Amino acid sequence: MSKDIFVYIEQRDRVIQNVSFELIGEARRLVAVSGGNVCGVLVGNNIASLAKEVVANGADKVFVVDNKELEYYTTECYAQAVTAVVRKHSPNAMLFGASTIGRDLAPRISARVHTGLTADCTDLKIDEEGNLFMTRPAFGGSLFATIACPDHRPQMSTVRPGVMKKVEYDTNRAGEIITEDVAIDATKFAVKIVEEVKETKAAVKIEDSKILVSMGRGLENNLAQVKNFATVIGGTVSCSRAVVDAGVWKSDRQVGQTGKTVRPDVYFAMGISGAVQHIAGMDGSDLIIAINKDKTAAIFNTAHLGIVGDATAIMPELEKEILARK
Amino acid sequence: MSKVYKYDLFNQMIEEFALREVKPIAEEVDEEERFPTETVAKMSKIGLMGTIVPKQYGGMGGDYQMYVKAVAELSKHCGTTGVILSAHMSLCVAPILDFGTEEQKMRYLPRMSTGEWIGAFGLTEPNAGTDASNQQTIAVEHDDHWVINGSKIFITNAGYAEVYVIVAVTAREGRKVEMTTFLMEASMPGFTIGKKEKKMGIRGSSTCELIFKDVIVPKENMLGKRGEGFKIAMKTLDGGRIGIAAQALGLAEGALNETVSYVKERKQFGRPIAQLQNTQFTLADMSVRVEASRLLVERAMNAKQNKDRALSVYAAEAKLFASETASYVTSKAVQLHGGYGYTREYPVERMMRDAKITEIYEGTSEVQKMVISGALLKK
Amino acid sequence: MRIAVCIKQVPNTTEIKIDPVTNTLKRDGVPSIMNPDDKAALESALVLKDKYNAEVVVVTMGPPQAELILREAMSMGADEAFLVTDRAFAGSDTWATSTILAAALKKVGYDIIIGGRQAIDGDTAQVGPQIAEHLDIPQVTYVVEIDIDEKNNVCRVKKEFEDRYQIVEVKGKALFTVLSGMNEPRYMLVGGIVDQEEKAITVITVNDIEVDRGNIGLLGSPTKVKSSFSKTVDSNKELIELSPQEAAKVIADKLAEKHII
Repeated sequence: MSKDIFVYIEQRDRVIQNVSFELIGEARRLVAVSGGNVCGVLVGNNIASLAKEVVANGADKVFVVDNKELEYYTTECYAQAVTAVVRKHSPNAMLFGASTIGRDLAPRISARVHTGLTADCTDLKIDEEGNLFMTRPAFGGSLFATIACPDHRPQMSTVRPGVMKKVEYDTNRAGEIITEDVAIDATKFAVKIVEEVKETKAAVKIEDSKILVSMGRGLENNLAQVKNFATVIGGTVSCSRAVVDAGVWKSDRQVGQTGKTVRPDVYFAMGISGAVQHIAGMDGSDLIIAINKDKTAAIFNTAHLGIVGDATAIMPELEKEILARK
Repeated sequence: MSKVYKYDLFNQMIEEFALREVKPIAEEVDEEERFPTETVAKMSKIGLMGTIVPKQYGGMGGDYQMYVKAVAELSKHCGTTGVILSAHMSLCVAPILDFGTEEQKMRYLPRMSTGEWIGAFGLTEPNAGTDASNQQTIAVEHDDHWVINGSKIFITNAGYAEVYVIVAVTAREGRKVEMTTFLMEASMPGFTIGKKEKKMGIRGSSTCELIFKDVIVPKENMLGKRGEGFKIAMKTLDGGRIGIAAQALGLAEGALNETVSYVKERKQFGRPIAQLQNTQFTLADMSVRVEASRLLVERAMNAKQNKDRALSVYAAEAKLFASETASYVTSKAVQLHGGYGYTREYPVERMMRDAKITEIYEGTSEVQKMVISGALLKK
Repeated sequence: MRIAVCIKQVPNTTEIKIDPVTNTLKRDGVPSIMNPDDKAALESALVLKDKYNAEVVVVTMGPPQAELILREAMSMGADEAFLVTDRAFAGSDTWATSTILAAALKKVGYDIIIGGRQAIDGDTAQVGPQIAEHLDIPQVTYVVEIDIDEKNNVCRVKKEFEDRYQIVEVKGKALFTVLSGMNEPRYMLVGGIVDQEEKAITVITVNDIEVDRGNIGLLGSPTKVKSSFSKTVDSNKELIELSPQEAAKVIADKLAEKHII
């Protein structure tokens, strides 16, 4: 068994997903403690040329499985490819992005190689012996658990996108690219992709948004400003019931008991008083920032950061701050 | 003895149903005075309209405990929806079950259980309200049928119901009248729906006049025996009062729940009004009455389920207390909501209007007092 | 066609609160519910029952009181129910759980298996794919539509990704995990609630299944929980009255701290 930490390099249409680079960055920090190399596992069809990207983003080695059976993502073919590499090199740990693909593939592989898998981690630590401590939220984010996998290797986890930091991109970085010749048995399991369609999602799904800028009745006349702020911060506009009742937004934007339950990374409550029905729909958010003129507003009981003030005055200042720091 | 699950499951189901299907449109149903056809269709789909009907008649094989819970839970969010079920079940399905022939049960109950046919009941006339014996609707016997002429007023579910339990006079001798009950169908020629009432509360429920002009009713549609009409009507109303008591209980509970949320949220003098002793004491008064109503409703419900002779008094006591509680609690709810409570922004205003009728229909509070004291003095 | 639906009883996490004094999870009085994704799985199976007269059986692993969700499932229309329960199963992680459930499903019998993508108490989304691996059958996760062609023994499903979807055909036995939101689960039926009271639940214990005892329970679980803690709730505290410029800086600092900007 090696001390190496493997990172599954997720590519879609030959574009490597950001989360994979974030994981390489995290793996770099881990091997600084435990020793070993950071190795990318790059799987797909006609993807060998992407390997140098992986190196530039911080990998010491890249194992490449390039096979025409891997043109589209299917669980079994990809699992065969990754499992073969894992079995051959016995890494200490392997990280996957907690994407729809990572969360489909990682459990299949963990069951196949009989090892533990920790889902959706937000924090990783390692000791000098290479024991990984994986922290993840549970119960909708109200509890965190730190999980270890003492007796099985590789220690596996999926990690939330956007949590870990990439290392600096450097095309001069040296790294080894190793082609792995894996025989893929595409006939195992009669699973056939009839079609694959890329979507640009038109419908607004506020429950999928990582950042919500939620407006209350008080901002009804400042709609353009709210929309602009949401664009600057890369979020989606949502609202309270009163705003829907007033006809400003349709109910697909409404947060609360009669609307949608949301759990974004950041929830801006702009001029929202915080009726219980509203709170019920958003109190699972990771970070709640409330701005309200009324310092007795109920929203402040739920907010992690409460600002007493006028949202219409603060938004333009905040936009400047954000743009300045980007 | 294994654990009984059905009541827990039923409660879970109906609470979810009321919250998701009834609550969101309650305001609209009231505002637009609209009979919630879509909700009735959904209630039918889950089998609610046939809750107490045995399986052999196409029903669900449930019982009064479920039915009462259903009326209360629907009424918690919408008094209109609660009374639609109560009138259908207590005033039409129940008398067919209790007094109907096998043929009548087979004809009506399966279709009423699926909600294809909704039920209603007609006793009240312009000059026969609390004095129900002063009936003017007349049924005249012919060879194989009866011909019915007359009218009924304030009939819940009228126009949406297909089956009507109707009381008519079949003989009169001086001051003595003989009354008989008939099962009439909306499609019978000569049966028309008259004026629709504009009401203070339960505004989505349909309350209309029924007009009978030479309506031919087959002999086999007589419910019970000739001359039993008054008795059947009174027994039916005993059961109906449990439904209305459940409706009143639901309204009171709904208003109490709304108020508890509101007072925790509403701030005056820099703190939630829930911290004021007046609020706390008022809530306690409201809650105790709700819980007492619940116990009285449960006792009446068990009496109905077990065919207990004390039903009549128990039902009157439950209805009297629960309906007065509904008026008391909804009025206090509006008071604690202050000015907002008087507006249509908050549901307590509607609940207060809905509550008033529970003191009036299916026997006014005064009638309940007559029943209760009558039994006391007879001893 | 026999469809086995895997369901789990979970605490209704939307009602879980943190005790502000002890900073621990308040689980008392939190109602238990059928996991929402699993309910969607059950609904999708019941739709297939309505359309093709498929047989729907539900399976749950949990403590004896998990019987309630099996009875809920039967009230919605499931034909048969199995409770996988044993003290020996306690403390199982996803690997051990999937090992047990796979063994139980072999005993229950199935043509296809449908489960929820993930449970709201753990959010792992791992048990489905791991069961499929243990049973050596294909899986399709993140499914939002299922239809079957019984004559050809083929299931046709729509699988969602973040940026695309696939229409996938699977022949023979398979496991699907579905998302809540793919359908509107039906209410329990009054008649179903009455009928379930007469139906028995089949209990499956460790003695009823073929499983290596070293692979189950706390000891058989590769992962171990080292510690758990609740979010350090700094709510109710950081209430700040500042000029708009200063407020913007404070917010931006907070966003930076959380890597949002």
